[in-house]
Amino acid sequence: MVTVTTVDTLQEAAASSAGQAVFLGGGTLVMRSVNYGELSVPQIVRLRSVAALRSIRADGTRIVIGAAATMGDILRSSEVSFLHPVARQIGGPAIRNMATVGGNIFAPHPYGDFAVALLALDAKLRLSDGSETDLESLLAARDNEKRLVESVSIARPAGDDFRFRKVSRVKPKGVSVMSLAAWLPRSAGRISGARIAFGAMAPTPVRVRAAEAALEGATLDENGIAGALAAATQGLTPPDDGLASGWYRSQVAPVHLKRLLLGEGSRT
Amino acid sequence: MTKKPVQFRLNGSPAAVFVDEGQNLLDLLRRGVGDLSPKYGCGQGTCGSCTVIIDGEPRLSCLTLAETVEGQQVETTNGLADGPDLHALQEAFMENFAAQCGYCTPGMLMAAKALLDRTPRPSREEIVEAISGNICRCTGYEPIIDAILAASGQPTRRTG
Ligand SMILES: Cc1cc2nc3c(=O)[nH]c(=O)nc-3n(C[C@H](O)[C@H](O)[C@H](O)COP(=O)(O)OP(=O)(O)OC[C@H]3O[C@@H](n4cnc5c(N)ncnc54)[C@H](O)[C@@H]3O)c2cc1C
Ligand code: FES
Ligand code: FES
Repeated sequence: MVTVTTVDTLQEAAASSAGQAVFLGGGTLVMRSVNYGELSVPQIVRLRSVAALRSIRADGTRIVIGAAATMGDILRSSEVSFLHPVARQIGGPAIRNMATVGGNIFAPHPYGDFAVALLALDAKLRLSDGSETDLESLLAARDNEKRLVESVSIARPAGDDFRFRKVSRVKPKGVSVMSLAAWLPRSAGRISGARIAFGAMAPTPVRVRAAEAALEGATLDENGIAGALAAATQGLTPPDDGLASGWYRSQVAPVHLKRLLLGEGSRT
Repeated sequence: MTKKPVQFRLNGSPAAVFVDEGQNLLDLLRRGVGDLSPKYGCGQGTCGSCTVIIDGEPRLSCLTLAETVEGQQVETTNGLADGPDLHALQEAFMENFAAQCGYCTPGMLMAAKALLDRTPRPSREEIVEAISGNICRCTGYEPIIDAILAASGQPTRRTG
C-alpha cells in the first residue's frame, strides 16, 4: 500500500524522497507502477504546486528549462523550437501533457528520448541542494541519486547544428529501438566540439566520445563522417529487449548515425 | 487507510469527494463519483480509453494521481450531451459508424473534443495525431477520423 505526502518545496521533497519514497513528476511511470502494485517504495512525495518549476527561459547563450515542464510546455514554447521534433516523438498527445523533462531524465530503458537530446546539448542540471552537475555525470550514477532536479540548462544551437532521430517500429507512438541526437557546431564548414548521444543503446542515455572525436575538424559529408560511423558503437554493449537485440542495435546504429549526420532518409 | 478531501469541477459542476492514498483519477471518477464514462483499458497509459480533459488538455486519468486535480476543471464524456441533445461529436460518431463495441469511444470523444476546442477545423493529419494515443480494436480508425471531420463541418470520405 502506498501513502502520498505533499510538500511545498523541492528541498523538502528531496529530504523525504531520500528515504523510502519516490518523487512524483508527471506520474506517467510512477502511477503505472502504483496501478500494477509494482512501486518499489511505500511512499510518493509530491509538490503542492509545480508552477515555479515549469518555466522555460533564455539565459544568455543558454536556455533554462524547469524540471516540471511537460513535453506539451516544450511544444508551446518558441524559445526551444529546435526541441519540438523531440517532444513530439514522446508518447501520444495525452502523455505529452503529463510527461515532464525531469521524469524523462530518470525514465528507465528504453525511455529517455528527451534526455538524449539534452545530453547532446551540453545539459547542466541545477539540483535540489543548490549544486550544479552535468547531465552525463548524473546519468552515470542515476540509480543512487538522492537529489532532485530543479532545472536543466542547455546550449542554444545555431541553424541546423542540432539533429535528432528516433527509431521505432510503431509510428507515430512506438518506443525507441534507439534514439540519436547530435550537436554539430561548425566554423568555416568544419565541425568543432561535436556532441553525439544515443538512447536505448545502454542502460541510460550515453555520449559516444570516440565518434565525437572522429568528427573534430571534419566536414559534414560522406568522407568527413566515415571515422565517426566506424566508431559509432565503440564502448557500448546495447541491451536486448522485446524490441530489438543488442546485436541488431549495434548493427544498425551506424546506418542511423549516418542518416542523422547527413540528414538523409529522415522519417520524423 | 487515510482519506483525503479533494474539490474540483467535474463537467462544470463542483465536486467534493474523499480520495484514497495513491488512488488514480479514473478510479475516483468511476467509483468515487459514479461517472462511468471514462473506461479502464490498460492502467498503463497505452490505450487512451480513460482520456479526460483537465484544464483544457487531454490527459490520461489512469495515470493521474486523483488528489492532484484539486481546484482543476475535469471534463468527461458524461458532460458532452446537453439534456437530450447530443454533442456534435457524438452525433457525428453515430452517423459515421465510428463506434462498434464502443469501449474506446469515450476516450476518442475526449481526445477529439480537446482538439476541436483548440482547432475548430483540423486537417486530417491533425486528427490522426490527436487520436494517436487512443487504440480502437474495432473500427480501423477511418470512421472515427470521418466523424471528427464531419463534426467540424468538413467533408468526409463518404460525403467527399
Ligand atoms: C504510453 C507511454 C508512452 C511513452 N512513450 C515514451 C517515449 O516515446 N519516449 C520516452 O522517452 N518516454 C516515454 N514514456 C515514458 C515517460 O512518459 C516519459 O519518460 C516521461 O518523460 C517521464 O516523466 P514523468 O514526469 O511522467 O515521470 P514520473 O512517472 O513522474 O517519474 C519517473 C521517475 O523520474 C523521477 N523524477 C521525476 N521528476 C524528477 C525530478 N524533477 N528530479 C528527480 N527525479 C524526478 C521520479 O521520481 C521517478 O523515479 C512513455 C510512457 C507511457 C506510459
Ligand atoms: S486505461 Fe488509461 S490509458 Fe489505458
Ligand atoms: S469501437 Fe471497439 S474499440 Fe473502438
